[in-house]
Amino acid sequence: MTAVLPPRAPAQRPTGGKLIDQFEYGLDAPICLTWELTYACNLACAHCLSSSGRRDPRELSTAEAEGVIDELQRMQVFYVNVGGGEPTVRPDFWHLLDYAIGHDVGVKFSTNGVKLNKQRAAQLARTDYVDVQISLDGATAAVNDRVRGTGSYATAITALENLAEAGMNDFKVSVVVTRENAGQLDAFKELTDSFGAQLRITRLRPSGRGADVWDELHPTMAQQKDLYQWLLANGDGVLTGDSFFHLSAFGEALPGLNLCGAGRVVCLIDPVGDVYACPFAIHENFLAGNVRSPGGFQTVWQQSELFADLRNPQTGGACTKCQHFDSCRGGCMAAKFFTGLPLDGPDPECVQGYGETALAARDLELITPKSHIDHSHKGPVRGQPTLLGMPSIPPAKICDESPLAGMDLR
Amino acid sequence: MADTALVTDPAAGTTPAAGEVTIPADELPFDPSLPWQKSASVALRPEPFGALVYHFGNRKLSFLKSQPLVAVVKALGDHPDVPSTLRACDVPEAQHPAYVTALATLSRSQMIEKRSTP
Ligand code: SF4
Ligand code: SF4
Repeated sequence: MTAVLPPRAPAQRPTGGKLIDQFEYGLDAPICLTWELTYACNLACAHCLSSSGRRDPRELSTAEAEGVIDELQRMQVFYVNVGGGEPTVRPDFWHLLDYAIGHDVGVKFSTNGVKLNKQRAAQLARTDYVDVQISLDGATAAVNDRVRGTGSYATAITALENLAEAGMNDFKVSVVVTRENAGQLDAFKELTDSFGAQLRITRLRPSGRGADVWDELHPTMAQQKDLYQWLLANGDGVLTGDSFFHLSAFGEALPGLNLCGAGRVVCLIDPVGDVYACPFAIHENFLAGNVRSPGGFQTVWQQSELFADLRNPQTGGACTKCQHFDSCRGGCMAAKFFTGLPLDGPDPECVQGYGETALAARDLELITPKSHIDHSHKGPVRGQPTLLGMPSIPPAKICDESPLAGMDLR
Repeated sequence: MADTALVTDPAAGTTPAAGEVTIPADELPFDPSLPWQKSASVALRPEPFGALVYHFGNRKLSFLKSQPLVAVVKALGDHPDVPSTLRACDVPEAQHPAYVTALATLSRSQMIEKRSTP
C-alpha cells in the first residue's frame, strides 16, 4: 500500500467535543457500509461508479457471503447498503436478504428495478427491516434513458408502481444529480411523492465510468448554487447521505453527514470481497484488504494501515486556510483523486471556485488515476445509453476484439 | 450546549447516511422521577468515545458521547428513577441536569423507555 495522504502527526483521539470530530478518528465498526454483491448488471449506465456490467468469476459464494453477514452481526453493524452491479440479478439475492435480516443486519438495497415484479414487491412489503432504493436519473424518460439506457425509466416506474401497490412503506427514489437533471429537482420530488416514496439525491463523482462523463455531466457552478438553495428549502424531507457537504461553503451547513467518512465510518466491500475506503474509491490506493484473508472484515476494518492513515484529521494543505474549511472540510476525497487533484487541496467542485482553478492548473501531461477494476460490458447492451453518442440500437455485428471498433465515441 | 451535548441526535445535522431518520416532535416531557430502562429493541455498540445506540424497531441511530453516560443508560433498569441511577453511577450532582437532558433526548427517540415495574 502506498500512502495516499500527506504525512501528518499520528492520530490522537480527543475526549469530548463534537461527534463529527470523533468520527474523524474512526469507529470500531462502520456505520455506513456499502456491500456490492455483484459486478453483473443488466444495464450499462454511462456514469456507473463501479464500472459494472459483467459478473466477476471470483465473486463471493453464498457461503462466503453468509460468513460476512455473520461477522457483521458480531461487529454490530446494524445496517448495510447493498448494491452492485444490480444486486437482484444474483440468484441468491433473496436468500442473502433473508439471511441478513435474520442475523440483525438490516438491508437497504439499491436496484434499477429489473426484478421488482408484483410478487417481489409484495414480498418486500411483508418484510421488516428492509429498505429499497430505486435508481432514477431523470424525472422524464428522455433525461433518464440518455444516461441509464433506453427502457430503464419504464422499468424503474413499473417497480415504483409495484412497490406502492403492494403497500411498501418508506421506499426511496435515488437520483444522481447531473447537469441534465439538476433542473428537475421539483419534478423528482413530485414524482416521488406521488408514489408515497422518499427522495434521495446524491452527488455525481468521477468514479468508475463516472470519470468518463464527469466533465460533461457534473453540475455547473450555477446549478450547484441552485441545488444548495433547494436543499436549504427542502433538505429536511430529502435524503442526501454525505453528498453535498461541499456546498455548505456557500454559507450554511446542510442536513446530512458533513465529513468525508472514507475508512472512518464508511467503507465498501466489493463483490470479490475487497475492502475499499469508500464505494466511490475503487482503486488500489484505497484498497485496505479482503474479507477472505485471515481475520476477515473485522481485521481489515480495525487494523489496515490505510484506514489508520485515513483516521486522522487533515491539518495541512490549501483548504485548511479557507474560512469555510470547518463546514466544507475540503470536500470529497474520491472526487479529488479521480480528477488528479491533491487530496489535501480543494474539491474539484469547490463552490469558492478554487477547484476550477486547480483543474485548470493541472499539468497538461497529467493522466488522471484510473481504476484497474473494470467490469463494463464488452459488447453492446440492449438499450445502451445514448449519452456517449453510442447508437441506441446496437449494430448487427460488432468486432469482438475491440468493442469500440467502428463506433463513434464523440 | 450543542457542541458539548452528551448525546447527539443524528437529526440535528450529523445524520449519518446509514441512519437517515427524523425524530418526531410530538412527545411528552421527560419525567426523571419515573423508572426507565434501555429499550428492549435497542442495542449499544461500544465505541472509543462512548457508544453507538441502535433501535431495531424505528431504525434510529444515535450516539452516547461519554463512557459514564453509557454506564447510566445500562444501569437505568436497576434503579427506581433517574436521580438514584445517577447517584449509583457516581455522576457528580452538578452534572445531573446535563444527564437528564441527554436522557430526555434518548427518550424522544425511544432509545430508553418507561418501565412498568418500579
Ligand atoms: S471519498 Fe467522497 S464519497 Fe467517499 S466518503 Fe469521502 S466524501 Fe464520501
Ligand atoms: S477551498 Fe477547500 S475548504 Fe474552502 S470551499 Fe473550497 S473545497 Fe471547501
